[in-house]
Amino acid sequence: MHIVVCIKQVPDSAQIRVHPVTNTIMRQGVPTIINPYDLFALEEALRLRDRFGGAVTVLTMGPPSAEDSLRKALTFGADRAVLLTDRFFAGSDTLATSFALATAITRIGETWGAPDIVFTGKQTIDGDTAQVGPGIAKRLGLIQVTYVAKVAELDPEGRTITLERRAEGGTQVLKSQLPCLIAMLEGTNEVRRGTMADALSAARAEIVKWNAKDAGVEDLGKCGLKGSPTIVKRVFAPAARSEKAKVIEAPEGGSLADALIADVFARQPHLEADLTALARGF
Amino acid sequence: MSEPKKPQAPAAGGRASTKKELPEHFKAYKHVWVFIEQERGQVHPVSWELMGEGRKLADKLNVELAAVVLGAEGETVRHAVAEAFCYGADLVYVGADAVLADYRNEAYTAAMTDLVNTYKPEILLLGATTLGRDLAGAVATTLLTGLTADSTELDVDADGSLAATRPTFGGSLLCTIYTLNYRPQMATVRPRVMAMPERVEKPIGRVVEHALQIREADIVTKILSFLPDRDSNKSNLAYADVVVAGGMGLGSPENFQLVRQLAAAMGAEYGCSRPLVQKGWVTSDRQIGQTGKTIRPRLYIAAGISGAIQHRVGVEGADLIVAINTDKNAPIMDFAHVAVVTDAIRFLPMLTDAFKRRLSAHSRDKMAS
Ligand SMILES: Cc1cc2nc3c(=O)[nH]c(=O)nc-3n(C[C@H](O)[C@H](O)[C@H](O)COP(=O)(O)OP(=O)(O)OC[C@H]3O[C@@H](n4cnc5c(N)ncnc54)[C@H](O)[C@@H]3O)c2cc1C
Ligand SMILES: Nc1ncnc2c1ncn2[C@@H]1O[C@H](COP(=O)(O)O)[C@@H](O)[C@H]1O
Repeated sequence: MHIVVCIKQVPDSAQIRVHPVTNTIMRQGVPTIINPYDLFALEEALRLRDRFGGAVTVLTMGPPSAEDSLRKALTFGADRAVLLTDRFFAGSDTLATSFALATAITRIGETWGAPDIVFTGKQTIDGDTAQVGPGIAKRLGLIQVTYVAKVAELDPEGRTITLERRAEGGTQVLKSQLPCLIAMLEGTNEVRRGTMADALSAARAEIVKWNAKDAGVEDLGKCGLKGSPTIVKRVFAPAARSEKAKVIEAPEGGSLADALIADVFARQPHLEADLTALARGF
Repeated sequence: MSEPKKPQAPAAGGRASTKKELPEHFKAYKHVWVFIEQERGQVHPVSWELMGEGRKLADKLNVELAAVVLGAEGETVRHAVAEAFCYGADLVYVGADAVLADYRNEAYTAAMTDLVNTYKPEILLLGATTLGRDLAGAVATTLLTGLTADSTELDVDADGSLAATRPTFGGSLLCTIYTLNYRPQMATVRPRVMAMPERVEKPIGRVVEHALQIREADIVTKILSFLPDRDSNKSNLAYADVVVAGGMGLGSPENFQLVRQLAAAMGAEYGCSRPLVQKGWVTSDRQIGQTGKTIRPRLYIAAGISGAIQHRVGVEGADLIVAINTDKNAPIMDFAHVAVVTDAIRFLPMLTDAFKRRLSAHSRDKMAS
C-alpha cells in the first residue's frame, strides 16, 4: 500500500489577533501548527500502513518553513515527506492549490509507486473551504469520498474499500474501489504520539523539496494567482451594531427575572402565546 | 495557500480589480440556479433559503431563477419540483434517473456538470451541507471555475458580478470573493444564514427534463446502507424558535444544567460556546458559532458567553438576543439587544421559575377567557 497524506501548515488560529486599527491579521509571532483536521487523516493512513504494510508519504504545499510540519509528521511515523514550494504557487486559491498538489501526487506516484489512497483533512482552519480534497480527486480522476468517519474494510487484493461517510441526518455506508481520495472527519481516531525511534529518524530525515518544475508542472498559468479564478476583493471587519444592548435592571422591590421577561415579550409580542402553547403541549 | 488569500494584497487593486472582458464562450451564461438538495424524501431547508436569496439576485440581474432537482424518478422528485415553484422558481431543471437515487459524488457531479454545460447558468448556489460541499468542490474543479465556500452574504455588483462574502481567519474578518472571468460563479451558503422565504402556493410551471447519460455500471461506488441518526441524539438547534446557551461563565458542567433547565421550561433547544465542547461538558452537536451551528431563533439567551466573533457569526440572525453576563463591557453587549448584568449561576434558576410561572399563568388566563 502506498498512501499519500496532504497536510497543511497553518497559523494557530487560536492565537491570531486582528489589528484593531488597520483590520489586518497580525501574523508575526503566531506559531504554526499542522492543520488539526489533517492529523486525523495522517493517523488513519498510519493505521492502514501498520495493518497492510507499505509506506505513507506526507505532502504539503507551502513556504520553505512548512518543512517543520513535515518533520513533525515524520515523528508520528510517516515514511517520507515532500515539500512543494515555489513562489509561483503564491496566492493560489483552491483550484490552483488542487492543481499543484495533484501534479505533485502524480510525480510522487512516478517516483515511489502510484498511491492506493490519498488522504486529506476535512478542511483547513485558515482556508476553511473543504474544497482542496475534492479538487485533487477530480484532477487525478480518483473516486472522492469526503466526511469519512471510518474505514470499515479494506481489501488490498480485491482493491475494494468500505467507508462510513457522514451525511445529513445519518451515516452512509459505501463500498468503492482503490485508488480513491478520502477526506477524513475530525474526532474519528486518536492521534498517536510517535515512537522515540521515529522521532530520532525524523530529525535526521531528508525532506524532499520540489519546486514547480521538479513536481512536473508544465503550465505555470495554472498556478498561483494566475491559476486562481477567485479573487479576494475586499477584506473588512464585521460591522458593529449602532446601539449597545439595553441593560435591564430590577425595579424597586421587584424581580429582575420578571423585568427581563416583560421586556422580552414586549419586543416579541407573539412569542408568549407560542411558548405557552408549547409549554402546554400543543 | 488555499483561499482566502493574503488580505493585505488584494485590497490595493492589482488583479483583483481587473475585470477583463468576459471571454466570448462565457457570454452565453445567464440566469441564477439553485441546487435543490434532497435525500431520502426530504428537501434540505437550506435549498429554500437559497431560493429566497437567488430570487433577489435574479431580480437584480433581471434574469430567471431556476431550481435544479436531481434524484430518482418518483414522488420525491415530483414533490421537490412542485415545491420549487412555491419558493419562487421561474423554471426547474430535472435530472431524474435511478443512478441518482442516493447521493454519490460520481453520479451527481456528472449530472450537475452536464446540466451546467448544456444550459449555462451564470450563478450556481448550493447549501454548505456535507452533500453540498462534496458536490460543489467536485463540480467547480470539473468546470475549472471559482467557488466560494460557506458564504454568509451574497450580492451582485453594478457590473453584474456575484459578490460572495464569507468569514475568514476564524471569523475575525470578512472577505468578499469574486469569480470575475469564469462561469458559472459558484458559492455554497451555510444553512440558516439566509432567511427562509415565504412559501406561496403556485402551480407547476416550466419544467425542463434533462435526459442523463449516466449508466449505473460506470459508477464505481455503491451504497451498502444508510444508518439514520438516532433521534434522541439529534438536536434541532439550527431550526429552533428559542435557544438558550451557556458559556465558560458558568464555570462547571454541573452549572450547565441550569441552561438545560431553562431551555426545558421554555420548550427551547439548548446550546453552548466552543470551549464547553472542547472540555467535554457538552456534545459537539450543541456548539453554536462559526465551527458549530448557525442559528436563527426568534429569541436567543446567552448566559456566561463573552460573544467572541466566532460565536457571534453563528447567532447574528436571531431576532432578539439576550445576554446574561457579569461584565457589562463584554463583547456580546455590542450585538445583544437586551442584557442583564448579573451572575448567571444565581440568575438562571430565578429566570426558569419566572418563566414557568408566567407561562402557566398565561395559559390560565387564556383558559378563563
Ligand atoms: C478557529 C476558531 C473557531 C471557533 N469557533 C467557535 C464557535 O463555533 N463557537 C464558539 O462559541 N466559539 C468558537 N471559538 C472560540 C471563541 O473564540 C471563544 O474563545 C469562545 O466563544 C469563548 O467562549 P465563552 O464566551 O463561553 O468563554 P469566555 O470568552 O471565557 O467568556 C466567558 C464570559 O462569561 C462571563 N462570566 C463569567 N462569570 C460569569 C457569571 N458567573 N455569570 C455570568 N457571566 C459570567 C465573562 O464576563 C465572560 O464574558 C472559535 C475559535 C477559533 C480560534
Ligand atoms: N497547501 C496545502 N498543502 C497540502 N495539503 C493541503 C493544502 N491546502 C489544503 N490541503 C488539504 O486539503 C484539505 C482541505 O483544505 P481546505 O480546502 O483549505 O479546507 C486539508 O485538510 C488538507 O488535507
